[in-house]
Amino acid sequence: MRLLLGSLITFLVAAAVGLGATWLTLTRGVAFGSLNIGAWTAWPKRGSVDIDPYARANIARTGELPTGLGDGIAFYARSDDARHGFDGRCTFIVSGMTPAARYWTITLYDPEGKLVANAIDRHSFTSDEIVRDGDGSFAITVAPLARPGNWLPTGGVDKFVLVLRLYDTPIGVSTGTTKEGPMPAITRKTCS
Amino acid sequence: MIRAMLWILSGLLLGGIVHLSTVLAMPQAAKQDAYSRLTPLTPVNTVVPLPAPTADSSIMPFMDPAFAIAVCRYDLSDGSIKLTAPVSQAYTSVTFYTRKSVAYYAINDRAAGRRTIELDLMTPEQHANMPEEEDVTAADRLIIDSPSTVGLIVLRALAPEPGLMPQVRRTLAAAKCELQPADQ
Repeated sequence: MRLLLGSLITFLVAAAVGLGATWLTLTRGVAFGSLNIGAWTAWPKRGSVDIDPYARANIARTGELPTGLGDGIAFYARSDDARHGFDGRCTFIVSGMTPAARYWTITLYDPEGKLVANAIDRHSFTSDEIVRDGDGSFAITVAPLARPGNWLPTGGVDKFVLVLRLYDTPIGVSTGTTKEGPMPAITRKTCS
Repeated sequence: MIRAMLWILSGLLLGGIVHLSTVLAMPQAAKQDAYSRLTPLTPVNTVVPLPAPTADSSIMPFMDPAFAIAVCRYDLSDGSIKLTAPVSQAYTSVTFYTRKSVAYYAINDRAAGRRTIELDLMTPEQHANMPEEEDVTAADRLIIDSPSTVGLIVLRALAPEPGLMPQVRRTLAAAKCELQPADQ
């Protein structure tokens, strides 16, 4: 009787701990070898054969095809520099410069990686499209309602993710010394 | 009391094993990975343009909407693959993925250094069986070894402005993925 009860406890604990840990790591995402610059995070190894088992499992589950390391690198942001989570009802400013790259794009997704519906059908900017200041810096207004300049609509969604992709760039390729690039700053303004 | 602690401790250890094995098994068990999603849309060993992602539908999550994308779902069991991709004006890249979505090789137009990207994709075994003289004359041919017999080649071409998208899609439509029969 004791043996039965004991092994039952063992198996229950094993199932709870094992499956719970798997679920947590796959939904939250574990960051091995991440490259953090301000609010931006990239996982350069996700785009190579050195990808870790957690990232492999995560990609298999979501159906994503990661950006190959010889192609470029993707930086994800889910909050501003002060760690305010992205809320589609608020206004955020993404401003500054990007690291050296032949091209870059910045795209707004919902947390599942789908584009967000909006009236002007604008989901991203490329480095060629963006309106810049005289010194080459830029500012993108991420907001639910129309703004002058570079307006990236949020569609008023609860949560969103910004992905900055650098194409043909030395960032992330040279392992070891991760030279920090000048990534754009993100600040929250008003919330409606 | 000590006995109960031991049961719980062994439960924790077993839980660790369960966790590791489920993480490692996930790529094998996943039904909705990129390859499975693309299988109904793409005939084998053919370059197929993918519809651009929209808010309503996207074949895969986190697709870059500024790019025209085409996929060649390859199967090397009947021979190697010759890939030819014309380079569009702005930026073109080719990324190779295994059946389990691991990006094992990626090259862009500048690294390829020509007007067209030309690559031969084969299994390590097919590479080893290549006639030697051919290997020498093929010094300027780029040969990629695929770790898996099946996988995905993803061609991406950038439209720097939305207006250029139709032109970029036309250029990408000329890309070819041809099976080279093993016995010549």
